[in-house]
Amino acid sequence: MSTEPMRVETDVLVIGSGAAGMYAAIEVARAGPRVLLVDRSLIGRGGATVMAQMTVAVALGDEAPDHWSHHYQDTLTAGRGLCNEALARLLTEHGPDCIREMEDWGVGWARKDGKITSAFAPGHDRPRCVYVDFLNTGPAVSKTLRSALYRFKEVCRAGDLCVVDLLKSDGEVTGAVAWHMGSGAPVVISAKATIVATGGLTRLYRRNSASANMGGDGYALSLRAGAPLIDMEFVQFFPIGHLAPRLIGMDPIMWDPFRYKLGGKLLNNRGEEFTQAYGVPEDGKYVITRDVGTYAILKEVEAGRGSPHGGAFLSFQHVPEAKLREAFGPVIDRLAANGIDLTKMPIEVAPIAHYHMGGVQADVRMETEVPGLIVAGEAVGGANGANRLSGNAITEALVFGRQAGRTAAERAKIMQAPSPADARATLDLLRGEVRRDAPNTAEMIQSLQAIMADDVGPLRNEAGLKRALTRIGELDAMLGERPFDKGEPFDLTRLDWLDLRTMLCVARAVTQAALNRTESRGAHQREDFPGMLPEWHVNQTIRLNDGRIDISQTKAAVEMAAQ
Amino acid sequence: MSETATLKVWRGRDKVDGRYETHEVPFEPGQSVLDGLRWIRVHKDPTLAIRYSCINANACKECMMELDGKTVYACTARLEPRAMTIEPLSNKKLVRDLVTEIAPPAERFAIKDK
Repeated sequence: MSTEPMRVETDVLVIGSGAAGMYAAIEVARAGPRVLLVDRSLIGRGGATVMAQMTVAVALGDEAPDHWSHHYQDTLTAGRGLCNEALARLLTEHGPDCIREMEDWGVGWARKDGKITSAFAPGHDRPRCVYVDFLNTGPAVSKTLRSALYRFKEVCRAGDLCVVDLLKSDGEVTGAVAWHMGSGAPVVISAKATIVATGGLTRLYRRNSASANMGGDGYALSLRAGAPLIDMEFVQFFPIGHLAPRLIGMDPIMWDPFRYKLGGKLLNNRGEEFTQAYGVPEDGKYVITRDVGTYAILKEVEAGRGSPHGGAFLSFQHVPEAKLREAFGPVIDRLAANGIDLTKMPIEVAPIAHYHMGGVQADVRMETEVPGLIVAGEAVGGANGANRLSGNAITEALVFGRQAGRTAAERAKIMQAPSPADARATLDLLRGEVRRDAPNTAEMIQSLQAIMADDVGPLRNEAGLKRALTRIGELDAMLGERPFDKGEPFDLTRLDWLDLRTMLCVARAVTQAALNRTESRGAHQREDFPGMLPEWHVNQTIRLNDGRIDISQTKAAVEMAAQ
Repeated sequence: MSETATLKVWRGRDKVDGRYETHEVPFEPGQSVLDGLRWIRVHKDPTLAIRYSCINANACKECMMELDGKTVYACTARLEPRAMTIEPLSNKKLVRDLVTEIAPPAERFAIKDK
């Protein structure tokens, strides 16, 4: 094992190679500075972008009139009064520009009569979601950006580099320490600006729709570097994640495009539609927003009306076979290979962790409170308030990524190369320690996912949240101070250990924020505090002080009174 | 009696100096080979090295390995209640166990220090 760190120097370090990180890297390179784009997985393969199925929300107005201000209004309404309006405006106003640039790079948005076409998605006032293909929009976006990167020789790309800590000198972030999985060696990276584009935290939950590397890395990195997080209690659950029968090779959020195109019926175990009882009659159309859909399904299950595996039925049995085939031809064959015939049977669906509304607090330049630390994409908190509108995630990744790249480039141009930061604490951590009673780290991650799913899921109460905090504390104690592997190449127990360090920190932030908020709003539903309260029209901010999580509150935007 | 899949898994850091380990994995219809390998990590041995990101969607394309001598994605290869031999890709540089260097050269970290 190599303990001598490798040292690398760049102008801008970008952590994470989803859409946000790749767009940021391109934008920096266009302005001139050198970029090092790193990812703990392979470049452009992990993260959430590649998992996106279909919709990208943008007021393009190609097919029918639209204006960003309508998209903005819908975003604020979905956010239940808590959106950071400046960020929501940035997302919606600059969306069209980024979508057209993606078109220039060859993404190939679907067209009808020569014009980029838009689908209708719940929560939007008109058809507003562009797409490449019903199930492959994310991979197309990812591939387009990954190919575009090849044109910029100023961008160095490095996969298998897992960032462990950000480095600071004189109160500013000046790079990071990473663990190179391919060799097992530590790497010290020095940079004038650092962009955190690591995505969300869905891996904290047992059932989730994103990659195994979405454990909240950027939140923990930023928090430990002194930057506050915001809105951490708002975890979006996607209501109709695939539950049963088990199938392979399909994304669990695959039923979303089916519903966009064919409607479908959500049924309880009596074969009855039930969303109308929760205020949203669907009538064969897909109109229910994610927070309400999740709530309705879980309440049906609680009342004993759930499907055998603990969800709801989604049925397309009323749709003629020819229409199913016309809409999803090859996918129908893949379903058949898994023993699923939609004309004869409903499938079972249940809420699944999908996206995080909370994140690192940032201004419209994507700058955090800590100089040198810039954020992008899902890692940024606040734009979507208490509930994200369908289709806003990829748009956010593109727009915030581009903005972060601009800001970082400006900073890199005026800054001198930073003086070497003190990396000793992290390098010492990476030396590890020998432990005889080493626990199974993979099992610990599964335990944490169970705790979060059972007690910090979409429906919460005080007893459960307190129980979760206790059990998170127990796992923390079990984890110890240092990894206990030998630090060999691709040692997954080391990666698990580093992930647990991150995930336990982030799990605690989510749970404490949820315990604090004694009301129900959007994705945060307290069974012991039903209903939205005017006094909770506030955003919660989290800071780390001597390893302790401190929460403070600030009034949310005045214009959008809670309702 | 519940069925099991018998996974014979190649382990090691050097292609000429490896070994096979055999694990009995509980079998349920609808599981993938990747599900079986992840089960081994949680219940038997967390040091087993595998490369994957997206788990089930076949979107990341990272979990390429050899099943009974044929290249597969572990997430789309079905787990079956029989003996299955799982090895790293034979035509790629080995990193560890089932993990090989599959990234294009332009997207790898340059190991050599300047």
